[in-house]
Amino acid sequence: MSFEYAPAPESRDIVDLKPSYGLFVDGEFVEAKNSFKTIDPATEETLAEVAEAGADDVDRAVAAARRAYDTVWGPMPGAERAKYLFRIARLIQERSRELAVLESLDNGKPIRESRDVDLPLVAAHFFYYAGWADKLPYAGFGPAPRPLGVAGQVIPWNFPLLMLAWKIAPALACGNTVVLKPAETTPLTALAFAEICAQAELPPGVVNILTGAGETGRALVEHPGIDKVAFTGSTEVGRLIARSVAGTDKRLTLELGGKAANIVFDDAPLDQAVEGIVNGIFFNQGHVCCAGSRLLAQESVAEELLDRLKARMATLRVGDPLDKNTDVGAINSAAQLAKIRELSDSGEAEGATRWSPPCELPERGFWFAPTVFTGVAASHRIAREEIFGPVLSVLTFRTPAEAVEKANNTPYGLSAGIWTDKGSRILWMAERLRAGVVWANTFNKFDPASPFGGYKESGFGREGGRHGLEAYLR
Amino acid sequence: MSERLSVRKTYKLFIGGAFPRSESGRTVIVNDAKGRFLANAARASRKDVRDAVVAARKAQAGWAARTGYNRGQILYRVAEMLEGRRGQFVEELRGSGLGKAAATAEVDGAIDRWVWYAGWADKIAQVTGSANAVSGPFFNFSTPEPTGVVGVIAPDSPLLGLVSVLAPVVVTGNTAVVVAAESAPLPAITLAEVLATSDVPGGVINLLTGHRAELAPWLASHQDVNAIDLTGAPGDLAADCERAAADNLKRVRRPVADDWAADPGTARMTAFLETKTVWHPVGI
Repeated sequence: MSFEYAPAPESRDIVDLKPSYGLFVDGEFVEAKNSFKTIDPATEETLAEVAEAGADDVDRAVAAARRAYDTVWGPMPGAERAKYLFRIARLIQERSRELAVLESLDNGKPIRESRDVDLPLVAAHFFYYAGWADKLPYAGFGPAPRPLGVAGQVIPWNFPLLMLAWKIAPALACGNTVVLKPAETTPLTALAFAEICAQAELPPGVVNILTGAGETGRALVEHPGIDKVAFTGSTEVGRLIARSVAGTDKRLTLELGGKAANIVFDDAPLDQAVEGIVNGIFFNQGHVCCAGSRLLAQESVAEELLDRLKARMATLRVGDPLDKNTDVGAINSAAQLAKIRELSDSGEAEGATRWSPPCELPERGFWFAPTVFTGVAASHRIAREEIFGPVLSVLTFRTPAEAVEKANNTPYGLSAGIWTDKGSRILWMAERLRAGVVWANTFNKFDPASPFGGYKESGFGREGGRHGLEAYLR
Repeated sequence: MSERLSVRKTYKLFIGGAFPRSESGRTVIVNDAKGRFLANAARASRKDVRDAVVAARKAQAGWAARTGYNRGQILYRVAEMLEGRRGQFVEELRGSGLGKAAATAEVDGAIDRWVWYAGWADKIAQVTGSANAVSGPFFNFSTPEPTGVVGVIAPDSPLLGLVSVLAPVVVTGNTAVVVAAESAPLPAITLAEVLATSDVPGGVINLLTGHRAELAPWLASHQDVNAIDLTGAPGDLAADCERAAADNLKRVRRPVADDWAADPGTARMTAFLETKTVWHPVGI
């Protein structure tokens, strides 16, 4: 039996898009010499014209942040900083539906995710770190921890506002000021956040938002006036940044790529595991650095697991991000779609078997059907490289030791999943998996109180929790 | 009757629990403060660095899997063995130019530092780990884990400085490849004799003598090294090493002005720890 779904679109009227947006520097929106367009990846329609910050804009923003740090934000008692952050958290909650719609428009992610996952986490993150601002001496980093100064922060397009929250909330709580660059394909919620800073009457210069692409990011992280670089994005760019800060006094945290193993043992509750696998790789179109992109299935249960997984995949609804029934939205950009296609093609060329459920894709926009590859060898590119799309590679194992060996056989180490009914095996596996986050009998769970970050080439430093303060204190 | 001729010691490298010469066959002359010949120390090569990394990698999982209690006992044993050779180390440090009081203070400080770090082995997780109150029905906890194989460019302080950078790396379950002080390498090799008789498993600590500028870049660029402590690297070398370390995103501890007599704090341990967070649903 199959259900017919009537469209249930979320209204976009709640969003008041301006034709163009400036940079947010020193508490004001200002023009830049150049601009670029940001589009809705579900329709390829232009949403707005956005300023592109040049080197002189970066200079001005860093100078404003320094001034705010020296004169206002650095000297301010933590309890006062806390109240600003609480205000921001409340404003985000108040505007959360609007922000969710805006996020889905600019990013392509289903409204169900932006509304139920991203926005609640964004508000919670500010609320959580607000509470730390006047409690830093108790955080375990010495009796009188001090802020670093000005932080240059560069964030990706997969969770635009959530990544902004992960960067800005702890930085401000610790007394730093920030210059943040959102990704070029998803600048709009960061600019809405700039408005929220103004509504909160946050002192000018404490938060500066510079829109732009790679060159703007480079100018920011290489700027001699910043004390700290925080980056979330690709391992390739992370390496460049690590090189560029070498020999300076800049502190650095990096949250980079992943190729997580989601390991299913034969005693796992299979239906729950299938939900976890689907959530692990198809959540946010697989645009998730900690996505469970390698399914390691125990041989004795692999066939049954795959049958159930395919049946479940056939029920996934791909399409309009603003439709409340949608499970999988649009791929964020043409460039990302090309990368997913290229890697998927390599999977077939290298001998893996490709399967997607019958799935009608819209004609305009960037779309990729949920895809699973079986018969994948550890040497295949789809088993080694981060695809960052809705593409799952399935490998099998026989013993727990083999599962650990295969799971750890990657330069990445961001996350891992374990599905089994046996408690001692969960702990045994969790001890041996070289990954910063291990989800056992669950996957892709996030919380402001929970430290997140990678081992090995997935980067260093933690975001979230008490641990997340360390990156912004000396 | 003539005075008895002493039996001199050959100073070699310490790799995988053994004392090999440098595969390169090279040595460097080490003189005392007055310019008198002390020894031909081994001058390690790139190949020696790689052998040491292989030994350190091989030993790492087993060392990390030991209980904190056991690692603490072993580090305490190092202090015991060092105490027993106190006089020998004082003499050796005097050979490098220290006065008797300074040499004694350095040896005593080094012994006490092993004791201090030994006690951390089963406590650091309680200080840096946490149970996290997430807003949902999940048990969520964070624990520190060793980063893996750590390269250490030791500072000039030949014993206390060396112990102060080495002990915090290995106490948490990392294994180390150390480039000893270039100016005074002999105490490092004598320390290796202490390590070799202290139940420290072979490969957990590997000590190389030779030229920093020659060895440090190979450690920094080695793809199977997870982190590097550049404490003993001068500015330009440190910057070059940090750049090379970016290739596989090593954790880098930059050189800072250290006072080896001061309370060391926990920063040298936490610099080479990863935080692992584990989630599990709560339910019936």
